[in-house]
Amino acid sequence: MIASPLNAAPAFAIGPLTITWPVVTTWAIMAALALASYLATRHLSLRPGRAQAVLELLVTTLDSEITATVPGNPARFRGLIGMLLIFILCANWSTLIPGVEPPTAHLETDAALALVVFVAGIYWGIRLQGVGGWLATFARPSWIMIPLNLVEQITRHFSLMVRLFGNVMSGVFVIGIVGVLAGLLVPIPLMALDLLTGAVQAYIFATLALVFIGSTVSEA
Amino acid sequence: MNDLIQIISIISAALAVGLGAIGPALAEGRAVAAALEAIARQPEAAGTISRTLFVGLAMIETTAIYCLVIALLVLFANPFVS
Repeated sequence: MIASPLNAAPAFAIGPLTITWPVVTTWAIMAALALASYLATRHLSLRPGRAQAVLELLVTTLDSEITATVPGNPARFRGLIGMLLIFILCANWSTLIPGVEPPTAHLETDAALALVVFVAGIYWGIRLQGVGGWLATFARPSWIMIPLNLVEQITRHFSLMVRLFGNVMSGVFVIGIVGVLAGLLVPIPLMALDLLTGAVQAYIFATLALVFIGSTVSEA
Repeated sequence: MNDLIQIISIISAALAVGLGAIGPALAEGRAVAAALEAIARQPEAAGTISRTLFVGLAMIETTAIYCLVIALLVLFANPFVS
């Protein structure tokens, strides 16, 4: 019997609170990323060393991607979009460690990430146009579009969540099934494909988040 | 009764994924073909075209993913199986 991909395995319990494995993995990735960025930015200098050069290249590439989609100062979105990109990439690739299941293969993590994007879109819409201006964007191009625009707000973030979940979970699921049928060496090409999918999905999630947030900015 | 529902669930899950993959496959093929043609005509616009292509492909792919999620719901969280 194959375990349902919709349930998460519990790791341990603190009193009445059950902590599941995806949560443990998420916190481990967060701690690793925080430690890595602390170590990498500890000795910043004008003549960059190797680690700093790589970081600067990463930030410059991210900035150029952001300005290509949303004109204006890229520093506004650098933190959020870069966080989404790097976190989802690390989460998708955490399957490289034996025994670790990527937290993005569970619906809760993806729902949380999509919720962050949803709230960020509302925040930027209100911050740049005021509450009235933001509400007025729902009546564009005409007031007939109000129900459609409202539905669109929900569905596009829902699809953001389901897309990431479906892609990552199906990869894990297929590897699990093939591993049961033929465990030796056969799943390796599928794992390689899974790494590619993970990278592409991280890029797509970050790009779509930027497009959704940018759509409120460009209307201002 | 429960057995019958489970049999129908498995068949419908397979049909949902199989038939649901046809549309996105054709659509993605068309999108990639059009993007390749555009890049061949205008190689300097390759960056913009491929970025838009990726976002568009993700949108198209979502329909297939929806079918997958429906199939999983039918298999693992079927409300009609007690």
